[in-house]
Amino acid sequence: MDASSIAAFVVSTNDVFRTMLSLGVTAGKPYACCVVPRFENEVSGIIGMSGDVQGMVVLSFPTTTACNVIRAFTGMDMDPSSPDFADAIGELVNMISGAAKAKFEGKNVSISCPSVVIGRGHKVQQPSDALCITIPFECPAGAFSVEVAMKNARVVAHPTATSATTNTSNSTSTSAQAA
Amino acid sequence: MKVMLVDDSKTMRTIQRNILMQLGFKEIEEACDGQDALSKVSAFAPELLLVDWNMPNMDGITFVKNYRAQGGKSPVVMVTTEAEKTRVVEAIKAGVNNYVVKPFTPDVLSQRINETLSRTKAA
Repeated sequence: MDASSIAAFVVSTNDVFRTMLSLGVTAGKPYACCVVPRFENEVSGIIGMSGDVQGMVVLSFPTTTACNVIRAFTGMDMDPSSPDFADAIGELVNMISGAAKAKFEGKNVSISCPSVVIGRGHKVQQPSDALCITIPFECPAGAFSVEVAMKNARVVAHPTATSATTNTSNSTSTSAQAA
Repeated sequence: MKVMLVDDSKTMRTIQRNILMQLGFKEIEEACDGQDALSKVSAFAPELLLVDWNMPNMDGITFVKNYRAQGGKSPVVMVTTEAEKTRVVEAIKAGVNNYVVKPFTPDVLSQRINETLSRTKAA
């Protein structure tokens, strides 16, 4: 994983929030996923990547932020237990992942249909052979994060890069546990 | 004019439905994947279709190929996160008439729909 692949996710997250939610986002400094997170995960949208780039993308929120984000996205207040709430979270991670992979020039990458995990303090377990980076974001709806795991990834990026290409490969798998 | 929305995300179908209604379209049918859409096209006879790419059971490209193979001639706009040039070419070859990349603004979707219908009229 290099700076440009992290930048692809920063740019795509910004594009999705600005275009579909009319919310500006600010990316913080990315860090390794083993570092203690800023908040307890309560709502996570998960997408797998396969092909030339293999890994996973996890969009995580505290419940309050997720509710604010979904209100901005759909124009409606939704209960987190509603299937429509999970559907909207899934569509957000789908758009972020799709827009990011489009910036992986020369790579043939497919993304899976999204899964959504809702439960206080759950942990999405990344594969042990993948490098996982968390990109922290702030927006008017609250704090959230995008975790990117890629197998055989080697280099950690910085948050200010704005161009987007990548050069990672191989496979990964996903499991999630609600506490 | 009759429009069919094919997307596995109810959220996305609702967003597109609202844009279509603002454009004056009133007869709108929804399908949650390619299989569901294929089972509905004969009875509904859409005059325009908005189709997602990545869906469970049957993806959008497979649906469009089947729809064209069955003689379906109405214009298809693909609305998808698949933004790579190779994917756009694949979609056009499958019979897609126009392409919108998610995320999109209401203006972009409206513009592509109007563009597609104008081209179809002119043909």
